[in-house]
Amino acid sequence: MKRTIGLAALAVMLACGTASAQQVDVKIGVLSDMSSLYSDVGGPGSVVAAKMAIADFAKANPNVKVTLVSGDHQNKPDIGSQMANQWFDVDKVDVIVDVPNSGVALAVSQVAAQKNKVFLVSGAAASDLTGPKCNANTVHWTYDTWMLANGTGRAIVKTGGDTWFFLTADYAFGAALERDTKAAVEKAGGKVLGAVRHPLNTNDFSSFLLQAQGSGAQVLGLANAGEDFSNSLKAANEFGITKKMKPAALLAFITNIHSLGLQTAQGLYLTTGFYWDLNADTRAFSKRYFEKMKKEPTMDQAGYYSATLTYLKAVKSAGTTDSDKVMAELKKTKINDMFTKGGYIRADGVMVHDMYVMQVKSPQESKYPWDYYKLLKQMKGEEAFGPITGACALAPK
Amino acid sequence: MTEIFGIPVAVILGQLMLGLVNGSFYALLSLGLAVIFGLMGVVNFAHGAFYALGAFAALLGLQRFGVNYWAALVLAPLMVGILGIVLERLFLRRLYKLDPLYGLLMTFGLALVVEGFLHQLFGASGQSYPVPDALAGALNLGFMILPIYRAWVIVVSVVVCFGTWFVIERTRLGATLRAAKENAPLLQAFGVNVPLLVAATYGGGVALAALAGVLSAPVVLVSSQMGDSLVIVVFAVVVIGGMGSILGSIVSGLVLGIVEGFTKVIYPEASNIVVFVIMALVLILRPAGLFGRE
Repeated sequence: MKRTIGLAALAVMLACGTASAQQVDVKIGVLSDMSSLYSDVGGPGSVVAAKMAIADFAKANPNVKVTLVSGDHQNKPDIGSQMANQWFDVDKVDVIVDVPNSGVALAVSQVAAQKNKVFLVSGAAASDLTGPKCNANTVHWTYDTWMLANGTGRAIVKTGGDTWFFLTADYAFGAALERDTKAAVEKAGGKVLGAVRHPLNTNDFSSFLLQAQGSGAQVLGLANAGEDFSNSLKAANEFGITKKMKPAALLAFITNIHSLGLQTAQGLYLTTGFYWDLNADTRAFSKRYFEKMKKEPTMDQAGYYSATLTYLKAVKSAGTTDSDKVMAELKKTKINDMFTKGGYIRADGVMVHDMYVMQVKSPQESKYPWDYYKLLKQMKGEEAFGPITGACALAPK
Repeated sequence: MTEIFGIPVAVILGQLMLGLVNGSFYALLSLGLAVIFGLMGVVNFAHGAFYALGAFAALLGLQRFGVNYWAALVLAPLMVGILGIVLERLFLRRLYKLDPLYGLLMTFGLALVVEGFLHQLFGASGQSYPVPDALAGALNLGFMILPIYRAWVIVVSVVVCFGTWFVIERTRLGATLRAAKENAPLLQAFGVNVPLLVAATYGGGVALAALAGVLSAPVVLVSSQMGDSLVIVVFAVVVIGGMGSILGSIVSGLVLGIVEGFTKVIYPEASNIVVFVIMALVLILRPAGLFGRE
């Protein structure tokens, strides 16, 4: 009898013990382009980065149970928002991360606000996400068009490249990038001599490039991305235009440089939020990533790791996945991980962190595989992302 | 500097040259389509996928087996052509008795499978194929700097296009091929192996696509989607030239390349639709195409 009472008491104590340790369940959704043009920038690599963040978090916090779902938005805003709805309503997903493609990201951001769930953007570029279209549920983690323009634009004007000609992809993203870069160039004392708008997915850029050359500008600003960026730079090289004009990539990922090769890409200026070979922490992360993916992570994928890890830490401190509480926790957190030191989330949802202006090495300068960039300038977060503007309703008045 | 309509002559000459380069690719690709449609009645939607396969065959040959560009120029079309023959024997031949729409759907499905397969193996980023040493460098034409490789593309394209035209329109083999389209049972009765001939025609058509793929590998990044946007333009070229007309596809390919080049100077935003505007006009005014028989 005594033994029975003893066991019962033990059972009660154990039960109370587990209750106070607070088992929290978190469900994370990776919504990315899994099969098309951005799948090397985000895609399966984002899922790997997320799993790494979850594994790192789980080591120290076995009482938080994290599950991960992933999906392909196929670069279609309707599919993206439908998936987000399904995940939030039916599958009880707490947070969606990644989402390359600004069109899809803007759609998902609205869904997250309606359902009051958290949305951490790592892959999309449009600064509208934290500007006119901002909301209290969305955080823009890795980069945006304003920052890219500001970083690369000003850095090049400082090196003496003060007349520009743009080769711009003829859609919202290209136009935004051109507009923001033009502003940055002119503010730094440079001059824009002209621009040519090319349709998305152009096969041949040579005509446009001859026009650029005809302008007599010193800098060729490439306000396009992905395949268009790579093919325009390749053609610029072939036609000898890069000998007379400095090429400036307004959005380029390390995977682009890898496909182009250094022979073609050398000398290119670009701005990035992450480079695998920056310091011991980034190298350690990238080494683990490389073992799984056989390539170095893009800034998108690295930012995704940081966003997931930071979110999980915020859930742990808040003791709940309630969006308001987690967002409050996120906005007061100083973010310190392999991606950023002392990063923080501003009222409008921009995650302010240091950015790096890089120049692509020549084949002779590159000493080992993936040794592609030399650091020209580390921009402090405040300088890179600029002051908070009134465009977002959440900004302090 | 002399000007015509406010555009400097040097710019006009430069764009004419670039238009010819792009037109050469259009001509080669639309030629393959025209051969397949003209002699088999199949609308080959998989043409862009075979173009990509040609480029990948060259790339892999170089990376894995050290096969150089010149060998790839022969080997890649040969391999893709054989693949085409196999696919024709396995799938396409079952559809000849049905509405042409089935052939279109079949080849469209094939294109999706091939592109998905390439994407799965090589990812989305695309890869570089180096310009062969013998064709590196550029020519100064006075009005522009023309990379030697681009000039080479024009030469190859013109030679291959007119060679193909000559074989089909002027030789006994070509006559037999055309006879197979007109009256297959009769030709069979003369002891000609018509199914083999048809399979070889398909193989030849897709080999032309693969050749265009190898030619473009040093110019653009080699990726699974490289044929996607191109094949739609090329279909428009074939429609403008007249479905199935060999000469029509060659001439309209070259001319449309030039028209597109000028659009890029005058109103760049319209450069990817100008071909379709012309197609619409041709369909209204001369539905059989410029060189087609009514």
